[in-house]
Amino acid sequence: MPINGRIAGWTAAALMSLFVAMGAEAQDGASSEAEIQRYREMISDPMSNPGFLAVDRGEALWSTKRGTKNATLETCDLGEGPGKLDGAYARLPRFFADAGKVMDVEQRLLWCMTTIQGLDTADVIKRRFSRPGVESDMEDLTAYIANKSSGMKFEPQLGKPEEKAMYALGEAMFYRRSGVLDFSCATCHGEAGLRIRTTNLPDFSKPNKSAQESIGSWPTYRVSQTALRTMQHRLWDCFRQQRLPSVDYGSDMVTALQVYLVAVAKDGELQVPSIKR
Amino acid sequence: MNRHTIAVAALAVAAGLAASLPAGAQDAKTHPEPAGFEAAAKTSWSKVKPDEWKTRLDTDETQQLCNLYRNNPPPDIARKIMEMNRATVVYPADGQVIGDWKKGQALANNGRGGQFSDEPNTVNGGNCYACHQLDPKEVSFGTLGPSLTGYGKARDFSPEAAKEAYAKIYNAQAAFACTNMPRFGATRFLSEQQMKDAVALLFSRDSPVNK
Ligand code: HEC
Ligand code: HEC
Repeated sequence: MPINGRIAGWTAAALMSLFVAMGAEAQDGASSEAEIQRYREMISDPMSNPGFLAVDRGEALWSTKRGTKNATLETCDLGEGPGKLDGAYARLPRFFADAGKVMDVEQRLLWCMTTIQGLDTADVIKRRFSRPGVESDMEDLTAYIANKSSGMKFEPQLGKPEEKAMYALGEAMFYRRSGVLDFSCATCHGEAGLRIRTTNLPDFSKPNKSAQESIGSWPTYRVSQTALRTMQHRLWDCFRQQRLPSVDYGSDMVTALQVYLVAVAKDGELQVPSIKR
Repeated sequence: MNRHTIAVAALAVAAGLAASLPAGAQDAKTHPEPAGFEAAAKTSWSKVKPDEWKTRLDTDETQQLCNLYRNNPPPDIARKIMEMNRATVVYPADGQVIGDWKKGQALANNGRGGQFSDEPNTVNGGNCYACHQLDPKEVSFGTLGPSLTGYGKARDFSPEAAKEAYAKIYNAQAAFACTNMPRFGATRFLSEQQMKDAVALLFSRDSPVNK
């Protein structure tokens, strides 16, 4: 579903001013239900969501020949068989026998780039998070692949011993307090109905609706960053808030956390790419 | 986290009643780190230098115990954690715990510090509003901690209560094992003067918290 870039660009600017207006109103203590409703309509309309531009770029990248092997990614197996994308994201992370490990979508894409395309991924990883004027292949490809599971429910893959082990790692990381402020993920996401300042915090301590809605909304177009962001970015940024050092992109701890998060979001429905603050 | 159990345990220990606790609280569940955790952490933060690893990723004894019991330690462990943390509290040499409430207000609003995105010479904030309601006019407050509105007034501006608040900010786990509140003084995240200013926000008669 290619979308006219100019329309989506204009929409991004309009959304930005809407968010600013909403913020100002919230500060007046008079948050308007009508404004919130207007915002809800906008996010559920794919034509107003610039995240779909990333989906389009990802679709093009998927079938672009690159690397020393001058190959496309079309034979990449994301768990459902070579090139099969429908529902693949809803069943990730999962164990891949060829790589001998549990991988999330981004680790798997890097693996396919290396093995199928012979692509030197150093540059791809350098551009892992897009910024003005610099597009991210990883964000675009992830948006494209995740969109192929939109409307489907998460099916956490926890049957294999390797998957169970990664779940245990993720759960332990979720509860592990460390660092100068003693924070863990659970400090901020361990109970239902809590806020940091005015921001509502999803509860990831047990399966529940806030976890389903939250995890089911990634990847998302973040209006405040004018960029599509994936779970790798979200968790990297939450580690920052936790006062931990910058975690490596595509590392096992990030995948382990995703195994855990997808499990608490079980049966949640993907609506992606979404759009949010 | 089971706040109720912790609160009961904390109260019981404070009153010296640990022995009369129900048996159920004694066999609290433990959650040791799974095999391979350390190795996965090492490969996931591969560029971190040893000193940063020590301060940000390694755990101290308090954190290890809270992690083992997922913030719900049995009474004897809770008592041990509180004793250990009480021993870290250092009161100001001049005995004065009340600073400038206006600076305390700025401190409570400041969420900077400790993040890898911060400039090296960033002045750390207390970020109290992230978790607490304080000045009732400030509508942007979090709910991870209890409301502190009217805190000093409710305690008749008692100097003893102000000293306790200083200790709370210095090391929240001296009085509440495995609380979610950071240990600002024990970790040197805030300076003595900053903590005095925070106490002033809670205990000054003209602080908006008490209006
Ligand atoms: C100091 C607080 C804090 C810590 C620690 C923290 N987070 Fe967050 N987290 C937040 C805030 C604030 C948001 C933003 C929520 C929003 O904007 O809706 C957030 C958002 C998220 C989201 C996306 C929610 C959504 O609906 O879009 C996920 C997933 C998440 N955190 C997971 C984690 C994990 C896993 C950890 C530990 C590695 C963690 N967080 C640690 C504060 C924190
Ligand atoms: C990450 C969350 C968090 C932050 C940040 C935080 N607190 Fe707390 N605070 C809590 C929680 C949770 C409690 C309740 C449990 C306890 O007593 O430890 C609490 C309790 C307190 C109490 C005791 C309340 C009572 O019942 O008597 C005081 C006083 C207090 N906080 C002051 C502060 C001040 C001042 C700051 C900033 C310098 C601050 N807090 C920052 C979470 C936080």
